[in-house]
This record gives sequence, structure tokens and C-alpha cells, in this order.
Amino acid sequence: MSLDFGPAVALSCRECGTRYDLGPSFACLECFGPLEVAYDFGTVTRSHIESGPTNIWRYQALLPVPVDVAAKQNMNPGWTKLVKAGNLGRTLGIKSLHIKDDSGNPTHSFKDRVVAIAVEAARNFGFHTLSCSSTGNLAGAVTAAAARAGLDACVFIPADLEQAKIAMARVFGGRLIGIEGTYDEVNRFCSELIGDPLGDKWGFVNVNLRPYYAEGSKTLAYEIAEQLGWRLPEQIVIPIASGSQLTKIDKGFKELVALGLVEDTPYKVFGAQALGCSPVSAAYKAGHDVVQPVKPDTIAKSLAIGNPADGPYVLDIARRTGGAVEDVTDAEIVAAIKLLASTEGIFAETAGGVTVGVLKKLVENGTLDPEAETVVLNTGVGLKTLDAVSSIAEPTAVIRPSLDAFRAI
Amino acid sequence: MSVSVRIPTILRTYTGGNAEVSGEGATLREVLQKLDSDYPGIGARILDESGKIRRFVNVYVGQEDVRFAEGLDTAAPEGSEISIIPAVAGG
Repeated sequence: MSLDFGPAVALSCRECGTRYDLGPSFACLECFGPLEVAYDFGTVTRSHIESGPTNIWRYQALLPVPVDVAAKQNMNPGWTKLVKAGNLGRTLGIKSLHIKDDSGNPTHSFKDRVVAIAVEAARNFGFHTLSCSSTGNLAGAVTAAAARAGLDACVFIPADLEQAKIAMARVFGGRLIGIEGTYDEVNRFCSELIGDPLGDKWGFVNVNLRPYYAEGSKTLAYEIAEQLGWRLPEQIVIPIASGSQLTKIDKGFKELVALGLVEDTPYKVFGAQALGCSPVSAAYKAGHDVVQPVKPDTIAKSLAIGNPADGPYVLDIARRTGGAVEDVTDAEIVAAIKLLASTEGIFAETAGGVTVGVLKKLVENGTLDPEAETVVLNTGVGLKTLDAVSSIAEPTAVIRPSLDAFRAI
Repeated sequence: MSVSVRIPTILRTYTGGNAEVSGEGATLREVLQKLDSDYPGIGARILDESGKIRRFVNVYVGQEDVRFAEGLDTAAPEGSEISIIPAVAGG
């Protein structure tokens, strides 16, 4: 089997540095640490990137995908809008605020980015089935991408997910299995399935394809920097579920600096969690460098990972950059969803309520500098979490079709 | 106490390819000590130099993540199933 992963040359353990050949493995044989993709980038220029397609493949030279990736059957996500949020900024007293709105992806969450990379890895390894454990958004991204790529899909979710996420994952075909348990239990199930003949030739995007999959989140960093005019933002607020996205955005910024694509200016990374599932925030506030798992209970189900694998790295990054990790209550999440919608016309899912809610809290408690250029992520669309805003899911009034009736409201 | 221990793929080189082996001990700590004497070297893959469970390994006694219980001192009742699983991310 000949593999083509473009500029990627090896897998390397993030904990102990042991290197391995590119393959469908995710944990270090020495220490169980997570494996990451290592590259030989060569020279990458702004003009080369700018002449690429308006999706994540403009960054092909920085990703573990073949040079002809844009010609393959793929969802081609990314290049979502960086919205200048003047109204929200004024309301919160922040001078320069942008929202990276990833609800504009093909299945309306940032997960299309990571799955797009995993699909190419699955093709490389000759897998026939695409699978995942999911809190919802990922399941839909995987079944859609499998349909486009001509692969089978079988995805696993906690059985109590939002109806819209279930429908979204089912409509593309493939099998959707509800597991009676939490996300962490679904994850454990998938880890066991992967060592069993039942899971042979399956690509679990966030398990055995995870080193490749996770690299997709770097494209958020690349796009934000390019859309700001090839600059790093001074502050960025990122949601934390497993912590992978935040870790990879930091990696993306560092790569841009190392390649000379942006100036080496300081940036602060802020992590956002829901109080009902805030193991990383709790560890940050307690000064710990490991994360004590929790049992999640929050409306922000897409962030409800009680045992976040990349939690320790999030703590390292928040502290290294001078950022912080903060959490908000379910009520604050709902209020933030409404605030973002009414100021910027963006309907975020609960995870977007978490980042905007945390942004507001960080400004109010003086942790975030209102004078510094700030980017906040919205990673999904509100239509998938309608229950969260059920209190406003009715008309202002219902009247007969007459002007008198309208006047009388 | 006699228990069963589920071995993840990456540790099966120690157990001759077996996905499940039998173990013994009143606590998880004792079970892991016995496991290491049966399959020399496997203990150092699960525990770090200071004897703590490595931060990217999850260990379950029955359905319970031992980090929610007593860690290495978690009781291992007769007939219980112990699972050793690498941590994974996702969402």
C-alpha cells in the first residue's frame, strides 16, 4: 500500500517524542501519550495559499493530505466568515471583536474540517467504513462525508441527544447507533470495538484516525490569521470539549510564525466551558496540571466530555500564553445565544453560547483586555439545539389578519 | 480475588496476543502488581515512574472509571472485569 499524506512524514508522541511511521494508530506504545502528525513543510508562501480554493484545501501544504486533494470527493469545508462584530463589541465594551462563524460549514459545525482530513486518511489506509463516537455534530459530519466519499458509515452517540442532531446524522444514510450512556461511555465502547474483529478496516475518525483528524482544527487558526490580513489576533476565545480544537489552533498559530507567514506577535488563548461540564476550568482555577474527570450535566451537549483527553494541554497553553479557562451556567449560555443573535444576526448552538457567555464574563471580571483585538469562535448552528431556546420558540402574538388587531397588541 | 483484565491492542504484545487475561488481587494496585509478574514489563506501560496511573490511560473496574473511585486502591471484587483503555479525544 503506498501512502500519500503530502507534507506529513511521521507520527510523533506529544508526551515522549517517540516517532512512528504514518499509520492508523493514535497512542504511543511507550507511554500511551497522544500521537501527532510531524511534517517536513519546505517553503510555503502567502501567494501560494491565496491562489488556492476557497476552502481548507488552500492550506494543503500544511495538512496531512495529498497535493491533489481538492480533486477528490470530499465535503470541502472551511473558509467560513470572520464576522466583524461591531454591535456585540459595543455592547460588551470590546474595541475590536470578530466572530469566526463555523456554522457556515457544509453540516453546520466545525466538525466538517476535521472529518475532511480523516476521510483522506481513511482512503489512504484502505478503510471501507467511517465511524466515530460523537456528541452529535461529529456524527452528522461523518455520515455526510462518508456519503460524499462513497464509504459506509456507522456512528455511535449517547441515546439522549438532541432530536435535530439525530436527524442530521441519519439523513445521510449509514447506521446510527444510540448507546445508553454518556459520551465518555460511548468513547470507551468505540475504543473496545477498535481492538475487535467487528471493527476491522474501520476508520474511527476520532480514535484510530485521530492524529490526522485533529489536524483539521489547525485550519481555524490559518483562516483567522489570513482573514485578519496575515496577523495573529491578540486574544481568542475557544470552546473546550476534549480540548483538541484549542490545542490545534495554538499549533496552527505557531506553525504560521515558524514558516514566516505571520509576524511573531503575542496572543492569549482563553478556553470556555459550561459549568455543568467544566473539568478543565476547575483544574485551571485550582492550579492543577491534570484534569479530574466529571459526569456532565449541561445543555451544551456538544461540549459534554467529562474526561477530556487534551485537557492537560489546554491548561499548559492557557498558562503559557497568559490566557485563562472560564465557565458559564446554562442560564448564561441561553442569554449569550440571544445576545449574539440580537446583536449580530448569528444563531449559535449552545457551544457558541458558551464562548460568547465566557467572553462577556472575562470582560466583566477584567481578565480579558477590551482594548485588544479579540476573536471568539462559534462552532455550530442554533437550529440543532432549539430546545435550549424553547422559552422564546413562540410568536410575540397571534392575531386575526386585520390592522385593528395588530394595533391592539 | 480472581478477576478478568481486558488488555488494549497496544499492550497485547505482552500477553501473547490475548485480549483478556485472568488476574488476582483485592485492589486494583494488587491486580496490576500480579499482572506485571505474569507479564513482565506491562506494569510500566500503565503506571509512570512514580507509580501513578499514566495520564493518558483510563482504567475501569466494572463500569466505573477508577479516577471516580479510589484510584489504585479501588477494590477489585471477585469476578469483576477490569479494563485498561487509552484515552481518546473527540466530540
